[in-house]
Amino acid sequence: MLLIHCPYCDDTLPELEFAYAGEAHIARPSDPSELSDEEWRDFLFIRSNARGVHAERWRHIHGCARYFNALRDTVSDKFLRTYKAGEPRPDTSVQEAVK
Amino acid sequence: MADIAHPTRLESLAGRAIGATGVMLTPAPAAHRVVLRADPREAEALSKALGLELPAAPKTSARTDTGRLIAWLGPDEWLIIDENGDPAADLAKAAALHSAVDISHRNTAILVTGKGARATVQGGCPQNLSERAFPVGSASRTVLGKIEVVILRTGAEEFRVECWRSFADYAFGVLSEAAKDCLA
Repeated sequence: MLLIHCPYCDDTLPELEFAYAGEAHIARPSDPSELSDEEWRDFLFIRSNARGVHAERWRHIHGCARYFNALRDTVSDKFLRTYKAGEPRPDTSVQEAVK
Repeated sequence: MADIAHPTRLESLAGRAIGATGVMLTPAPAAHRVVLRADPREAEALSKALGLELPAAPKTSARTDTGRLIAWLGPDEWLIIDENGDPAADLAKAAALHSAVDISHRNTAILVTGKGARATVQGGCPQNLSERAFPVGSASRTVLGKIEVVILRTGAEEFRVECWRSFADYAFGVLSEAAKDCLA
C-alpha cells in the first residue's frame, strides 16, 4: 500500500484514506464564453499525461477532507512531495527525479 | 377514542455486546453529537461558548471532566460528543460565524476496551494505531474495513469507534471478527 503525506494532517497515512483528483495547476479560464471551442476542449480534457514527475491533486477524503497537491513519479509511483493547495509547484524536476 | 401509539427509538446496537478473550465491544450510550465547521480564527470565541478549547493540532482531541469530547477532524472541522449537555445549544450563544450540524442520530459508537483493544481496531484500520503514532487522546477520521469511521483513543486500552448508524452492523461485525483473534 502507498503511504501518502497529508500536508494538512502533517502525517504519512495509508492510501486508502485518499482519493485521486486529476492533474494539478489547471486554472479555470476566468471568462469561458470568450474561449474558442478548441481552447475550451483543451481546458476540459487535454492533460499532460507525463511520464515521470507529475503534479496532481489528491483529496484526503477519509481524513481531514482537504484537497492538496502532490508530485508523483508516474514511472516508479513514488511520491516526491506533497504540498498545500494554492502553493506553487515546487521545483523538484532536477534533484529528486533523478533518484 | 383510539390510543395514540408512541414509537420508541431503539439504539442501532441495543443489546449487542461481545466479550472475547482480552477485549470487550460495547455500544456507547446515546449522546449529543455536533459537527462544527468554522474558520480557525473564530476558534477562541467558539471555545468559550463550548467551555472547552477546540484542539488545533491534527489528530488530537480535548475533553472536559463532564465528559464533553471534541475531536479535530480537519483544519476547520470538529466533532463534538456529549452525553449530557447539548453542544449545539451552547454554540448558538456564540456570535462567531460557524456551522453546527446536529448528527446525534446519524452516528453511533462502539467502545472497544481491554488488552486486545488496539489489535481489534487495527484489524480493520490501515492507520498506525500504536501507542507511539496514536497516543491516548488521539482522534482521527479514517477507514474501518469498507466504511469511514472516526477513531478516538480514550485510554491506553480504550478506543471509541464512531460510525454511521446505518453502518453500525457492519462495523460491529468487523470488530467482532477481529476481536476473536486479537491476542493471537
